[in-house]
Order: sequence, then C-alpha cells, then structure tokens
Amino acid sequence: MDIHEYQAKKILAGFGVTIPRGGIVYSPENAENKAREIGGSKWVVKAQVHSGARGKAGGIIVCNTALEVAQATDKLLGKTLVTNQTGPEGKIVNRVYIEEATEIKKELYLGLVFDRSSECIMVVASTEGGMSVEEISQEKPESIIRSKIEAAVGMQKFQAREIAFGLGIKPELISRTAEAIIGCYRAFSELDATMVEVNPLVISEQDQILALDCKMSFDNNALFRRNQISELRDKTQENTNEIYASDRGLNYVSLEGNIGNIINGAGLAMASMDMIKLAGGEPANFLDVGGGATPEKIVKAFKLILMDKKVKVILINIFAGINRCDWVAEGIIQALQKIDINMPLIIRLAGTNVEKGNKILKESKINYIEATTLEDAANKAVKALKELKK
Amino acid sequence: MTILIDEKTKIIVQGFTGKIGSFHSDEMLKYGSNIVGGVTPGKGGQTHLGLPVFNTVKEAVKNTGASASVLFVPPAFAADSAMEAADAGIKTCVAITDGIPSHDMIKIKRYMRRYSKSEKMTLIGPNCAGVISPGKALLGIMPGHIYKEGNVGVIGRSGTLGYEAAQQLKDLGIGISTSVGIGGDPINGSSFKDIIEKFEEDKNTEVILMIGEIGGPQEVAAGKFAKENMSKPVVAYIAGLTAPKGRVMGHAGAIVSAYGESAVEKVKLLEEYGVIISKNPSVMGHTVKQVLNAKKN
Repeated sequence: MDIHEYQAKKILAGFGVTIPRGGIVYSPENAENKAREIGGSKWVVKAQVHSGARGKAGGIIVCNTALEVAQATDKLLGKTLVTNQTGPEGKIVNRVYIEEATEIKKELYLGLVFDRSSECIMVVASTEGGMSVEEISQEKPESIIRSKIEAAVGMQKFQAREIAFGLGIKPELISRTAEAIIGCYRAFSELDATMVEVNPLVISEQDQILALDCKMSFDNNALFRRNQISELRDKTQENTNEIYASDRGLNYVSLEGNIGNIINGAGLAMASMDMIKLAGGEPANFLDVGGGATPEKIVKAFKLILMDKKVKVILINIFAGINRCDWVAEGIIQALQKIDINMPLIIRLAGTNVEKGNKILKESKINYIEATTLEDAANKAVKALKELKK
Repeated sequence: MTILIDEKTKIIVQGFTGKIGSFHSDEMLKYGSNIVGGVTPGKGGQTHLGLPVFNTVKEAVKNTGASASVLFVPPAFAADSAMEAADAGIKTCVAITDGIPSHDMIKIKRYMRRYSKSEKMTLIGPNCAGVISPGKALLGIMPGHIYKEGNVGVIGRSGTLGYEAAQQLKDLGIGISTSVGIGGDPINGSSFKDIIEKFEEDKNTEVILMIGEIGGPQEVAAGKFAKENMSKPVVAYIAGLTAPKGRVMGHAGAIVSAYGESAVEKVKLLEEYGVIISKNPSVMGHTVKQVLNAKKN
C-alpha cells in the first residue's frame, strides 16, 4: 500500500526526522490562510498523488505570495496529473500540500528496501539527490553507497555514520545526518514498510538536514497489525477496477490489451498471459481468482472483467485440483445465468475430472469455445478477436 | 529415492483441528502420507481424525518421533509456529499459509541461524502448495493424482502452474521424483538454489524442471549454482513476459524492481548459465522430454 508524501513526512517527523513546515489543504479557499500560518515569504505547492516525478509533470509550483499559493492550489486541485509513473490515465489531485520553501545547499538520495538476496534491509544512499534511483544507477553508479542492516539487531549508529561520511557530509553535521538516517530506518522496520525513499534529503543553507520529499510503501500482509497505516489508504489514487477486485478477494491488475482473462493461481495467470502474447494478442488484465475458483469468485470475476470496456474476448483457464472441473463448470454456468457477457468466451479446463467438466459445459446452453491446452486456449482467443474485427 | 519426504517420514500438522487443516490432513492421509498427529495449542489430549492432538510441537515430536510438519496456521501466528517447529527439532516444515508479513519472514530466517547446518530445519514456503514425492507422500495441498512417480525433480513458486507442469509430464508418460512448491513470497524459507542442490544429491532425479517467475534474484542465482556445481540438466520456464514493471502480479514477490528481474532478462541470464529454456508454458513437458531423450542417446 502506498501513501502520500505529506503522510510519509508526518511519519518521519514522528521518528525524529526534520521536515519543512507545511500543511495540507483540500480547497483553494484555505490555501492563502495556510500559507500565512506556515509563515515565510516563499512556498512550494505540491500536488498529492501516489507517484514520483511530479515536478516534471507540473505538479509542484513555487510561489512568492500567499495569493500565488491560492492560485497554484486552485490550478492543481481536481486536475489529473500524468507523470512517467502513473500511466496515461494519470492520477487525480484531491489534496495539495503547502510547504515553506527550503534554500538548498546539497541534495542527497536515501532509500530503504528489502534486499531479497541477503534477506536484510538495504539502505541505498547517494550524493546525487533529486534524480530517480534508476537514473543515479545508470549515470552515477559510483556515487551509490549500500549498507545492509540486520533486521533482528537494527541499525547501529556506526552504520548510519558510515553512510553520512560516505556522502561527504562535513563533520559538524554527521550526527544530525546519522539521526535522520536512523529515523528513516526505524520508520521502515517498526511500521512494516517495504520501501522508504527520501529524495531529496537536503542540507539547507542553514545547515539543517531536511526530508524534502518522501515516498513510503507498506506490506499489505502486515496491515492487520498496522491500523494507523491502513487508515492512510487513499482509494482515489487506485484504479477503480483494482479496488473493486481487492475488496472482493480477487487479485487483479489492469493492463492495456483487449483479451480479458480469468485464471486460478498467480503463476498460471502470468503463464496464460504469456501464451496470449506469444499467440499475437494482448491481455487486458491479470486476474487470479484463487486456487479454489469457487462459483462466487467466478461471478465476481466476470463482473470485474466486464467493467473494463477494452475487453472484447474472455478467456477462462482453470486448473482444478482439489476443486474439480465438474464443479468449476457448474460455477461457470451459474455465473453465465446471472450475467450476459455478449462476447466470445474461450474456456479451458484442466486437472481433476476434466472430461466430466467439459461434458457439463457442452450439454449446457452456454455459448463458448472449448480449448484443450494453454496454447490452444490462447490461439483460440486471438482467433476469436480477429474474427470480431472482420 | 526422493528429497525431503518419503512414505516413512513421520508428519505432524500444525493448525491440525482448524477447517483447512482438517480438510487437507484428510487428503494427505488418503494419499498415504504418514501423519502421526497434530498440534493445536489448548487442544492437547484430544483425538482428531483418529490421531492425537498435542499442545506444543516439542510434545508432539517427543511422543510421535515426527520429523516433518505442515503448517496451516493463520498469517498472524504463522511465524511463531514455524520457529516453534525449528526449535522442536523438526527437519522439514512446509508453510502453506498465505499472507505472512515480510518482516516476520526475516525474523524466522534470522532465528534459524542459531542452528548448525546438520540441525537446521528446512523451511518450505510460505504461500506454497507444498511438497509431494509421488506414490510415497504428500506434504501439502496438491491434487495427488496428477503426479506420476518418476525421475524429474520439479520446483516452482506457483501452485496451479506446478500442477500444469505435472499434468503435461504425466500426459507424456514422464514421472516426478519430488515436486516442491517454494511459494510466491519475496522472502521465503528455501530458495530455488536450496532445492536444486538437494535434487543434485538425489540418485533418483535425472532432470530438474524449475518454474520461476518475475521478481527477485533466486532463479538466476540457481542458474549460476547449476552451472558451477551441478551435473544434472536444468530446464526452466519463467512466467510473466507481459507483466508491467513495478506492479505486483498476484504473488507478493512477483514484482520487477531491478535489472535481471523481468522474464526476458531472467531467461537471458539463465541461458548464459546453460539452463535449457522452455519457450512457453505449454511446452514445459515437451522440453523436459527432449532433455531426457538426449540424455539416453
């Protein structure tokens, strides 16, 4: 789960990391007052969307008067911001964060992630703040400092100091920088985060160490014990169909193609999408209805797929194990009695009682194309799509 | 021979008396797995499915001599149960549970470092289908009848894609020595490398089929290990050609976040290590068959 910049910064502040003064507004009317409340003579108005690269997309505006702050807020609120991370559909701006402008002396990069090789928490730092970590690793790989932290013991002061010295921080600022790094580490380890990225972490003209921007993601599997984090979820930043799916226990990712698919199991779903691609088609989605593929789940899956107007053909691929194909077939028939899909449907069943399952489908009145193998299913889906276009 | 389990392996079920634990225990018993009891804290002394229930894993091990366990404990308590198994001297523990926090997995792995290599439990999973040595024992949730006994060692992350492979092999008359589901989580008990190492040592395994997917370094690490240390051929399929970067594809670990983690890059790196690639998921069985035929000639 992702959260907004202002939420992430508030969390960091709770762990002793210094952040610029700022406040959130939901309407332009409040913006002017908020700017005066924050004080100073220069402000940065920042669109709050779940994406980086907001500056390049026009989502960050520097203002010199409180009136300009109100105008900038008015301009951003309600706007759909399209960045190189949001996809072409962009993300809606419903909240704007107003912050006092910082006079920057030096921009640094600081990121924390799980390192899957060593199974430790990895701190990545660089002197090249402001660029994305991908850009840094391509253009300035020599500037990257990595430090592995043993989660059971936690980050030690010397590790934070080493990173700070590695970043070329002058001696009198080392302990303050180390404190900021440890604060970020604690946020990561104590809140079940999967990513904390402060980019940039800056040294101001006044020699403050400030988190100027921050992104955080959390482990969905740990939200059961992180109520305060769960409450930060902003559904307006998520794809509508994906919210519909996750609220119904389906694993769904919206994609660009037009062949909708319903599959049981994440690996088999990815494999079926690969087959569609290799057959010359493009999948409209990833959808895992779970190993069991119960009739209820199939009904929900059809409803979900039909919400995506790009979908022209539907492919069902179920490998029945403990659940049997005859039972899955009954489920599909039941679902089709409730929903009119009105487009070609390819069904491939495999596994336990496959003959019985296919027989039930054949004897029912449903309109579908039977497929035997993964390859056969993908080929038939692409063929059905081509015939539609004729 | 097989790896990890056979018909003699004494098994206990953790989370034995729950709905899911009961259902799958029954399936495993029907398959012929040597389940000797189970653990549900607070229900010790009861009998379930005709078998004794214990309060702790230590008690269960002491009374039954069990060396393997399978875990159907809810995610919030699963890490605790896995560490309890390790401490009680269980040798192989399969965690079926889906949804264990990554921070908890790191804790389990760190906890297990206290044991020497010979004493250390092999943790399989979590979020996996388990282990099956066809014709001998099932320690998991797979449909046993699609697995034919034979000489191919199978390892994969996904349950149903593993079933697909087993079915393809069976349709071609090819059997499996042991099939291991290592699960779809980013931090897991055993890696691809850990398991292929065991297959290399298993006399009965001739070829290894590795079913990987996008995300993480494990498939490539296994390829490197195979090139440097193994005599047996490794066939691989990597799922997720169409997966967009930065999106989680169902499995928590199926996310491309660095170079070498996309399907195309993994395939390229594996080929460099001499791993034989199954070009698409429909030909996993055929690719293994070709390798087996080439070996005979």
